[in-house]
Amino acid sequence: MSEFLQFLFSGVTVGAVYALVALGFTIIYNASDVVNFAQGEFVMLGGMITWFAHAAGLPLPLAALIAIVATAALGVAINKLAIEPARGAPVVSLIIITIGASVFLQGAAQLVFDKQIHSFPAFSGDTPLRIGGATIQPQSLWVIGGALLVFAGLWLFFTRTLLGRAVLATSNNRLAAQLVGINTNFVMTLSFALSAGIGALAGVLATPITLTAYNVGIGFALKGFAGAMLGGMGNPKGALAGGFLIGLIEALTAGYLSSTYKEAAAFVVILLVLFFMPQGLFGRKSTERV
Amino acid sequence: MPKLSAKSATLLVLAALIAVTPFFFPSGYYYRVGALIFVNGLAVTGIVILTGYAGQISLGHAGFAGIGGYACALAPTHLGLHPSLAVVLGAAVSAVLAYLVGRPILRLKGYYLAVATLGFGILVSMVLNNERALTGGPDGIEVPDLGLRGVLKDWGLELSNGQFWYFLCGIALMIGAWIALNLHQSPTGRALRALHGSEIAARTVGVDVARLKLQAFVISAVYASVAGSLVALQNKFITPDIAGFMHSIEMVTMAVLGGAGSVLGAIFGAGVLTLLPQALTVLAEYEQLVLGLVMMLVMIFLRDGLLPSILRKLRGTGE
Repeated sequence: MSEFLQFLFSGVTVGAVYALVALGFTIIYNASDVVNFAQGEFVMLGGMITWFAHAAGLPLPLAALIAIVATAALGVAINKLAIEPARGAPVVSLIIITIGASVFLQGAAQLVFDKQIHSFPAFSGDTPLRIGGATIQPQSLWVIGGALLVFAGLWLFFTRTLLGRAVLATSNNRLAAQLVGINTNFVMTLSFALSAGIGALAGVLATPITLTAYNVGIGFALKGFAGAMLGGMGNPKGALAGGFLIGLIEALTAGYLSSTYKEAAAFVVILLVLFFMPQGLFGRKSTERV
Repeated sequence: MPKLSAKSATLLVLAALIAVTPFFFPSGYYYRVGALIFVNGLAVTGIVILTGYAGQISLGHAGFAGIGGYACALAPTHLGLHPSLAVVLGAAVSAVLAYLVGRPILRLKGYYLAVATLGFGILVSMVLNNERALTGGPDGIEVPDLGLRGVLKDWGLELSNGQFWYFLCGIALMIGAWIALNLHQSPTGRALRALHGSEIAARTVGVDVARLKLQAFVISAVYASVAGSLVALQNKFITPDIAGFMHSIEMVTMAVLGGAGSVLGAIFGAGVLTLLPQALTVLAEYEQLVLGLVMMLVMIFLRDGLLPSILRKLRGTGE
């Protein structure tokens, strides 16, 4: 039982990171129908920039803030320089563009930083907390709390603010939103900034546990996508639930089946979801009009 | 004078390039680079069938290259097959796997297909990395000699190792291009292109969309597999890198850079991206950076790819 609890804790911790990545996918997808494959790189950048700034002598909170702001700015740059000029391009082109952005950011991280694996100290110490015979790192609580807070913040933003409603309106119908005077280009920019910032935050929170390196992005992207899809693409609630579920499935696979093949769990989930439940847990069934 | 068909023209250009360029080689090393370009060109021709003709994307095709490569390492030692038969076995395994994986995932479109194929590729490279007892893990494994060079020598045709692989890979590329070009003109090819234009329109005129996509996927998997086998046999060594995510990305980038819509364009793209790191060794550090940049720039500014854009400029037509 305590063994199960232990797997549960580690699953919920990584699941929280995947949930944040999945939320990032959802925000951009809703605003622009683009799936941004560079989403995982934002997580990597959050961790790497924080490590770099911290190693350069800045206090950790300041380093983290710089990382989040810088990554958000990079997200905006990707939108302005690569996504907006390609508006109306076929999906295959958009996929190649965002994968290109992802490969580019990896290459840049290799040059600007290095190819080593890095970490920085946990925010509130390393003394594990004992719960029911299992232990949990204080940093895990930071990650889980961070994911829930971001979700709550997004919910308030989308339901209670004019700007948030403008984003929702754009995702519903771009043209109609433009007609009522919503600046949809600004909404796109905002979405990229938000989702890059959230990705970077995930990287900042998770690095003391999962470690970071220039090439960790693709793993986060794959699992975040699996989470977003499991929950139902475009649904924030689904992204949260899906992310946590993917984390749990992965941890239980590692614990009870095979730790070398835990990475395969996300892929298997993707296939099963697509096969049996293409609209995901929370998604509505949609019909494409021609 | 009868007008040359696009197919014959492409094949003639290719044959001429393969036959003539060795006269300009300053050293034997260039045969190796040439062979590498042809192998990459072969793999990318498969991408043309999948992406250029049928409009479907795969981010996991390196997985099939890995299967072809490791078949040449494993089948001779474990099954006692001749290396040339191992190429066939690898291609068969790739085809069967592509069929099995393709059936569920090719129902997907766009993003979903991209992620599903990406996951497939990662799975293959995971197996190659983890099953140390069989594959040697990340360190790789030796591949037996093909032995064909010795046979040619007995027949009185003496080639250096570099020359042998240059011409063998060149011939393989010619065969691959010939098949792809024939496919392009066949009813299947026309149906594939219809599918690319509009899947729904294709379906309404009676095209069996699911079956066609699966065919394109299986055929392109075989191309990647054979290319992987040739790399393994030529190097006499193979590592899981061949099945890695970056290799998949390279294939797609080569295709879109040159022009995924045309066989010659894609081979041209393979040539450019193979030569680039060779020509500028300094570039090694920047390889990923450049690769990512090329992917973005080509898709934003030259959606048809480099070669079709150049040809259009040369012809001076505004179409």
